[in-house]
Amino acid sequence: MAATRPNRLFRNLTAKIAAIPMILTALVVFVGGTVWTVTYSFTSSKLLPKTKFVGLDQYERLWNTPRWLVSIENLLIYGICMMVLSLVIGFVLAALLDQKIRYENTFRTILLYPFALSFIVTGLVWQWLLNPDFGIQSVIQRLGWQSFDFDPLYNADIVIYGVLIAGLWQGSGLVMCLMLAGLRGIDQEIWKASRVDGIPAWKTYIFIVIPMMRPVFITTLVIIASGIVRLYDLIVAQTGGGPGIASDVPAKYVYDYMFQGQNLGQGFAASTMMLLAVLVIVVPWAYLEFGGKKRV
Amino acid sequence: MTAFRTFFAATTALCAGTAAFAADLEVTHWWTSGGEAAAVAEFAREFEAQTDHTWVDGAIAGGGGTARPVMVSRIIGGDPMGAFQFNHGRQAEELIEAGLLRDMTDVAEAEGWKDIVNPPSLLDACTVDGRIYCAPVNIHSWQWLWLSNAAFEKAGLDVPSNWDEFVAAGPALREAGITPMALGGQPWQSSGAFNVLMATLGGPDVLQKIYGDGDAEMAAGDAMKRVFKAAADMREMVQGSNVQDWNQATNLVITDQAGGQIMGDWAQGEFAVAGEVAGEDYTCLPGLGVNEVISTGGDAFYFPVVDDEEISAAQDALAATLLNPETQVAFNLKKGSLPVRADVDLEAANDCMKKGLEILASGAIMPDVNMLNTEDTNNQLNDLFVQFFQDTSISADDAQARFVDIVANKD
Repeated sequence: MAATRPNRLFRNLTAKIAAIPMILTALVVFVGGTVWTVTYSFTSSKLLPKTKFVGLDQYERLWNTPRWLVSIENLLIYGICMMVLSLVIGFVLAALLDQKIRYENTFRTILLYPFALSFIVTGLVWQWLLNPDFGIQSVIQRLGWQSFDFDPLYNADIVIYGVLIAGLWQGSGLVMCLMLAGLRGIDQEIWKASRVDGIPAWKTYIFIVIPMMRPVFITTLVIIASGIVRLYDLIVAQTGGGPGIASDVPAKYVYDYMFQGQNLGQGFAASTMMLLAVLVIVVPWAYLEFGGKKRV
Repeated sequence: MTAFRTFFAATTALCAGTAAFAADLEVTHWWTSGGEAAAVAEFAREFEAQTDHTWVDGAIAGGGGTARPVMVSRIIGGDPMGAFQFNHGRQAEELIEAGLLRDMTDVAEAEGWKDIVNPPSLLDACTVDGRIYCAPVNIHSWQWLWLSNAAFEKAGLDVPSNWDEFVAAGPALREAGITPMALGGQPWQSSGAFNVLMATLGGPDVLQKIYGDGDAEMAAGDAMKRVFKAAADMREMVQGSNVQDWNQATNLVITDQAGGQIMGDWAQGEFAVAGEVAGEDYTCLPGLGVNEVISTGGDAFYFPVVDDEEISAAQDALAATLLNPETQVAFNLKKGSLPVRADVDLEAANDCMKKGLEILASGAIMPDVNMLNTEDTNNQLNDLFVQFFQDTSISADDAQARFVDIVANKD
């Protein structure tokens, strides 16, 4: 019996051959690149990679650098706000669109359009809109409301929220679309049943519909989270990290030290910290989601 | 389709045909503002007039901070350009050590650079282990204060003759609706201006000791305390200049919206393009009117190793062209910088350039910060000072403590 059964390795051979390029890419480019980066983060590499190991020096310097701490703080603020607000806004918009309104297609298109723009364009547009001399502030002041004061991009304390506005404007449309697809996947019978029972619509959403949309929420969360961690181009286009270093983010720190500062070791150390942060979040989640129990 | 193919075949044949006589030399640089672009066009003109080669312009916008990584990654990635501009000093150190840049000693000897380049420190900055790796093209100094005469007139003040008078004029300028001082948001401008305060109010020796020898005690001392106090004054004065690029900041001075700006002598190119006259429309104070000294940094061209004799020949030709007298005069007049050879005639130089030439001749010179610091240290200084000048919550003492930290750990 065992002799006649084909070797497990050769089962589904064509599919496995087809997967080889991707497996190689994953191993060499992602895993290989990661290992290489982590290794060199323990060296004193400057402009060119060198194998002169200096232990944890780069990490020590990293955590004593105010700019790095500022960028971590910014990423946290941006990340938490972005996660919560884009989910809330996206879901509310989707729920509103789901009320069988007229011109739904038109609204959906309008709301999704910002997502078609790159972060660079988004950043520039909002840089202009938020410019105190000719943006929103000056328009409202010219309308007569002289005391109106809104220039987040030139105020170090709130600049990250200026960036957040642009990020939300760009990203909420996509979240809305995903949510709308999820809502459409809910069986209409559920709505009928809840109406028969006299449950108010908001309660149906929160206690019945949202729990049923769990897979959609998880997909959306992963998409938003990956967008948060790699936040870079929006900052570069909108604020350039300024004023001062007030809107810096880890990805920009990494780039600046690797290339402008000609200090690869420092950049590698910072990017390793970014990887660690992602792992700290992803590993427990992946364990809960895929590991342990074997669900049907 | 076949038409396309013949077209491509024809163009390649054409390229191959011309390549036999002359090479296309791609030159990358970050000279993109009005005055800079006019200056680099002089190089291209002279190069094409004096040789058979063609200058392919590879300007990279966004300043050195943006351009340098692009250039370095092209060289490391095996796609080198024909020649590229760097500030000479330690920026190219590792590229030379890795053997990625061509040794230009032969050209230098044939052209006698050792005898003509003045001051000799410029050539020293190009020299590693006795071999010369770059062609210095100009002398740029940072230690200038540019003042708008009209702005002071509007505020009912005399044009200041030194830094202290300028600081004292700050409140009156602000009352007249003029930003006392312009400063762009890019990090290098903040640290650059600070280094100028340090070199003039503290003195060239202080800068040399701190950046050259990494003297942390000096960095924590009283001389530097005064410099940080001046930097705090400057922070008050630059409030409200919401611009990014240096030439936008210079433009605030040109259009009399700002009283003055600390910026290198390249700012002069912008005044010239705007048709302003030194002494009438604007005033320049070398060494902030306190300590007339100029640093002899500047720009230099480096030549990557390429596996193509045509291009190597073109590189040699370019190196020779860059330093010949006519090119030096034409280029430096447009750029606002000083020529690297003392034997050229700069009759057409304006007042400010003449002041610079006098100081240069008198020997009151100091090394440029780029010759003393690595880019890594400069980047840390950039971070510190861009934050300091934009965020009033950091006290001068805190900033000094961080400065001492950077100096103590510099290499």
